[in-house]
Amino acid sequence: MNALHLNMVTQRAVEEGEAMEAGKTTQKYFDVCTVIEMNADDIKAMEIPPNAIVKVTSECGEVIVKAIIARQTCPRGLCHMRQSVWANQVVPPRTQSTGEPQYSGFPVTVEPALDARIVPAVELVQKACNKWNGKLLWPM
Amino acid sequence: MSEVIKNVACPYCGACCDDLVVTVENGKILEVQNACVIGTEIYHHASREGRVGSPRMRQPDGTYKDITYDEAIDYTARMLIKAKKPLIYGFGSTNCEGQAAAGRVAEEAGAVLDNCASICHGSSFLAIFDTGYPSCTLGEVKNRADVVIYWGSNAAHAHPRHMSRYGVFPRGFFTNKGHRGRKVITVDPRYTDTARCSDIFLQVKQGHDYDLFDAFRMVMRGYVDDVPEIVAGIPKEKILEVCDIIKMGRYVHIFFGMGLCHSDGRNHNVDIAINLVRDINEITKCTIMAMRGHYNIAGPGVVWSWQFGFPYCIDLSKGSHAHMNPGETSSVDLANRGEVDAFINIGTDAGAHFPIRSFEKLGSRVPMVTIDPSVNMAATVSDVHIPVAIVGVETGGICYRMDNVPIQYRAVVPPYNGILTDEELFNRILNRMLELKTEGIECDGKWEYAKPLPSLIPVKIEPEA
Ligand code: SF4
Repeated sequence: MNALHLNMVTQRAVEEGEAMEAGKTTQKYFDVCTVIEMNADDIKAMEIPPNAIVKVTSECGEVIVKAIIARQTCPRGLCHMRQSVWANQVVPPRTQSTGEPQYSGFPVTVEPALDARIVPAVELVQKACNKWNGKLLWPM
Repeated sequence: MSEVIKNVACPYCGACCDDLVVTVENGKILEVQNACVIGTEIYHHASREGRVGSPRMRQPDGTYKDITYDEAIDYTARMLIKAKKPLIYGFGSTNCEGQAAAGRVAEEAGAVLDNCASICHGSSFLAIFDTGYPSCTLGEVKNRADVVIYWGSNAAHAHPRHMSRYGVFPRGFFTNKGHRGRKVITVDPRYTDTARCSDIFLQVKQGHDYDLFDAFRMVMRGYVDDVPEIVAGIPKEKILEVCDIIKMGRYVHIFFGMGLCHSDGRNHNVDIAINLVRDINEITKCTIMAMRGHYNIAGPGVVWSWQFGFPYCIDLSKGSHAHMNPGETSSVDLANRGEVDAFINIGTDAGAHFPIRSFEKLGSRVPMVTIDPSVNMAATVSDVHIPVAIVGVETGGICYRMDNVPIQYRAVVPPYNGILTDEELFNRILNRMLELKTEGIECDGKWEYAKPLPSLIPVKIEPEA
């Protein structure tokens, strides 16, 4: 199994919009947003099956998600995460002095992490903010 | 007895579809017609069990306790007075009445007032200040445009009915053949669902939109021979083919989205897009429009420009005048540098949509109030969460569509559990602030929650290549 260096874009998806309106603490939001969309050949090059769990690392953080074949085709070398709590674990906060973070076009490393756990949104955010008390108050 | 309410406007995306038909019975929403899947979900969410019906305060063990509106308003008013530089951010999902009321609160508090455009079309504003905005209304696109370009915008996903109402399929006054009479061109690094609905797809190399715009400008200005064989991954003959279509169009319209604003170059990508429009106008009619995300994210630009002279990133902390300088007074940069000492998250979710490395500086260090109808990520780390009525479902008001056309929103059911609207809430916060100030409470930067916490993950910023 191999690691890959890819260019990441994080943007909207209709699945994400619908799930977000249902609620960010729902299972639906978790299911549609904890994915990285990749070109089928890139997944093959990593020597993992589609839907395997991977670790995505950028210059400022990492996140565990599922690698799926892109619903809207990505060319090789490009990957996409639906804008969400998980995508924003790796989005660099640099803004080129405009106020807008680098949501699209930043380098990431994707590597297989088959036994890793995909962490729920609330846990990720509360941990980052030092407010995690060890249990999910909003059951999914 | 069920009631059918017509011409309801949808409170999700900037397309602001105002043709929804909602069936209600006894204050419950039974059915929604004409909305896309996201719009429908909003209305059903409003009627679902488990909504937050009263303000709540975070306890030391991380659980939440219900408090009264008076207590929540008192907490927020005190926090705003005590803080030296509070940040009030959000507003994509509220009406103009709420935005204006928040503007008055921000002025009284000496706060930084910012909206989601700051992380969305903020750089478009910068380009528009520099270059101008030869735009139009969506009605003109529908009735006139025979060449429509979606550049860095995935309308099929972000504005699901945009293509059927305005951009691709509708039959208009001069466009009575609908999509058969229109050429649709999509420029995107991914073969998106919008690209699938287009006649021509240009798969631009991610982050190289500027180069491609430049090539288009060269062709429009007659420097065809100097265009390289491949620009941003697109062969020259493809560029010439698209330029011919544009030149032959009677009315060309460009919709641009986050692909330009979120990539390297930011405002410069939009800048050159507007300049291309200027060049095309030498040949045929051409207009351009930003694909604004939220249904009322154009609202604060209009309301606050009228109140303060600036559309976003408004620093009112000087007390004497408003000051705007994105990069300095923009929410993410303020958070990155740890420059604010209190935070109100209203009508958005900074917890989910800021990069976590920015948000953690707010969430772990400063007192925080979230004003939102539902439990979002910011609410899960806020000291106080105040629920408000959902605009377009439980309260009406004015909202500006992506083309800056005001749309009258309407309520279809009464507010859940009698919760307040944003406007009522901000008016009461303002009144409480004035009361507290006469009682002698003043700005001293001291607040029991404003203790910095240890063990923050430092932001690592690599020099840009
Ligand atoms: S396209 Fe946008 S405004 Fe129209 S129904 Fe869908 S979410 Fe609502």
